[in-house]
Amino acid sequence: MSDPVEVKTLIIDGQEVSALRGQTILEVARENDINIPTLCHLEGLSDVGACRLCLVEIKGSNKLLPACVATVFEGMEVSTNTERLQKHRRMILEMLFAERNHICAVCVSNGYCELQAMGQEQGLTHIRLPYRNPALTVDASHERFTVDHNRCILCMRCVRVCAEIEGAHVWDVMGRGIDSIVITDLHDEWGSSTCTRCGKCVQVCPTGALFDKSKIGSDHPKYPDFLPNLKLMREAQ
Amino acid sequence: MTIEELEQIAESVKAENAKFDYEVNVCMDLACASQGSEKLREALVKAVEASGKTVLVRRTGCMGPCSSGPLVRVDPEETLYSHVNAGHAEAIVSSLGGEPIQALQCDLNEHFDKQVRVVLENAGHIDPEKIDDYISCDGYKALMMALMEMTPNGVIHRITESGLRGRGGGGYPTGLKWSTVAKASGDIKYVVCNGDEGDPGAFMDRSVMEGDPHRVIEGMALAAYAVGASKGFIYVRAEYPVAVARLTTALREARRRGLLGSNIGGTTFSFDVEIRLGAGAFVCGEETALIASIEGRRGTPKPRPPYPAVSGLWGKPTLLNNVETYANIAPIVRNGGKWFANMGSERSKGTKVFALTGKIANTGLIEVPLGIKLWEIIDVIGGGVPGGHTLKAIQTGGPSGGCIPADMMGLGVSYDALMAAGSIMGSGGMIVMDDTSCMVNVARFFIEFCMTESCGKCIPCRAGTAQMHTLLTRICDGTGTMEDLELLEDLCSTVKEASLCGLGQTAPNPVLSTLKYFRNEYIEHIVHKRCPAGVCNMEVPVEVLA
Repeated sequence: MSDPVEVKTLIIDGQEVSALRGQTILEVARENDINIPTLCHLEGLSDVGACRLCLVEIKGSNKLLPACVATVFEGMEVSTNTERLQKHRRMILEMLFAERNHICAVCVSNGYCELQAMGQEQGLTHIRLPYRNPALTVDASHERFTVDHNRCILCMRCVRVCAEIEGAHVWDVMGRGIDSIVITDLHDEWGSSTCTRCGKCVQVCPTGALFDKSKIGSDHPKYPDFLPNLKLMREAQ
Repeated sequence: MTIEELEQIAESVKAENAKFDYEVNVCMDLACASQGSEKLREALVKAVEASGKTVLVRRTGCMGPCSSGPLVRVDPEETLYSHVNAGHAEAIVSSLGGEPIQALQCDLNEHFDKQVRVVLENAGHIDPEKIDDYISCDGYKALMMALMEMTPNGVIHRITESGLRGRGGGGYPTGLKWSTVAKASGDIKYVVCNGDEGDPGAFMDRSVMEGDPHRVIEGMALAAYAVGASKGFIYVRAEYPVAVARLTTALREARRRGLLGSNIGGTTFSFDVEIRLGAGAFVCGEETALIASIEGRRGTPKPRPPYPAVSGLWGKPTLLNNVETYANIAPIVRNGGKWFANMGSERSKGTKVFALTGKIANTGLIEVPLGIKLWEIIDVIGGGVPGGHTLKAIQTGGPSGGCIPADMMGLGVSYDALMAAGSIMGSGGMIVMDDTSCMVNVARFFIEFCMTESCGKCIPCRAGTAQMHTLLTRICDGTGTMEDLELLEDLCSTVKEASLCGLGQTAPNPVLSTLKYFRNEYIEHIVHKRCPAGVCNMEVPVEVLA
């Protein structure tokens, strides 16, 4: 890129903000306390633009852009919370809740779930879509952790943290479309996989899909905030 | 290899062919081959040997009207025989020099008269496994001309001037794409050919790869010269084994002739092509998913920008075009951009190959100048709807396209006109439907296709298409409500606007276009529990299209 100007100025929701060249809209918005909802994004991991909750409107374009990967340009005017976006966000959340078996009352992550919190934040009061009620499995073969596919939203944070941070690449995705599930190794049981038992995937999982066996029946908050610091420390080495 | 050497080869092929009094061309494309054209060819060879006549029996690519296959064309008279089998071989050979066989002859003059063949000019005339046959039809002349006489910018200018737009579906101006890749910085660049044709009812690219593989390779070599690449990939779906075999042969022959490899034509330009096989995922026709698949990763799309033109294969600038787009390049470079721009309509230049299928008399492959009216394709080229039924709609663009109702047959076929009508040009599938088709069921079929082919990465496409399928199934079963219809429209809007890649963004099109033109059918299903076409079974919920 031959663009010599390092600093850009742009407008997000009417607020003038500055940004570095190459920064994403999401980064700049969060620096300025402007809330853009996200589920698949996690600071410290690469972005995939999969959950589509961070879609924003750019003036002059009819296309909606994912704020987590769209980079800033000079004079850009971004709207993060229009009626059109709210409508899509609620529909996306409805799709997520209806896709698998999300029953908060019996979930280990009840009260600490990012999906649950997002539903509340976006004012989701009921689901109009038919529940799909798929028959999914639970893999409790691992000595410390369990994966419950009923609660997975396929954000792929576990896949990314395992490959990018732990360097083990035990997690991946199998199948296509609505039948996709996360798997360990080549669809081996988690317990007999090459898992290093680091537990990073459990900490970054936004729902109760991955959980610590010792926390069943008790509060199960997760702590994904170690990532940005870990990344910083590694970069410093 | 020089232009003179090419001309020498062409001359010798022509001299060789002139030794024969007659040429009997047998179509060996999939439709004809599945009806025994290989046995037919063997029988013809035997009959020729027995008769003592000097006859060249040649296997060729697709001749077009597949529903009349197996097809045989006798040259120089250009007599076309349809529905030929091995039992007819002796009669055909003995009729050479005399009167043609009336019983086998087919009258498809109207079918061919409206067509203009650019991409398919050699299909049905050359042996796809012989490079010399291609060279004798001006093959590789454009490449040699470009290498000897034109600058890379000159080639791009010619493509820009031609007004060619991407034939894979998007209709992005090809010249603009080429100049973007040419200007992108980087010492390594790639040229990729998308042969992952996956639309139901589409087989244009397969026929081009099987019938005239060198045309695609020459187009890619020209593209590589223009943008400064030295490595190319052809991504072909593994469901096309014949295309893969023909391309492999073609690449080997082109290398042997020095038309691929290092220092082509004694210049500093080097270029070679590798074939990569798709593993059966429709989504790998999407460019970023295709790139991921070539790199050996799971075929899922990535958000754009960055576009492949800037950061594609292994992060390098990558030019990605469809098979048919590359097939147009050599004639444009040979004949000039203006020649191409003279064909077609104002903003859609040239010709387009369509795979005409469904409830139509002449199913098969056609190539028409853009701007042609839909009724000309259906009534004249296609021979109308058979069996006394009436035309109801035409589905274009595959699962990303829409249905155009029968009263819009005056529409000229172009990227913009189809878009305005709620459909798309797509890669060129054209499915004709008559009054026995239920439009709700058609919409459900295409949504089911998108649901099973969604990669599952983004939620609107993954769950949205599944939800749409559930609602459409309810409507087809007679258990749908007006609230379901409203919800369906909301879903369409979110899936269209919020999905990550083209697959999801266009998946609602079949539903939206049938809702636009055939809304009364939906209402009939919901309110009166009646399927006007008599397709959906209302009493007991059953899988109709299973």
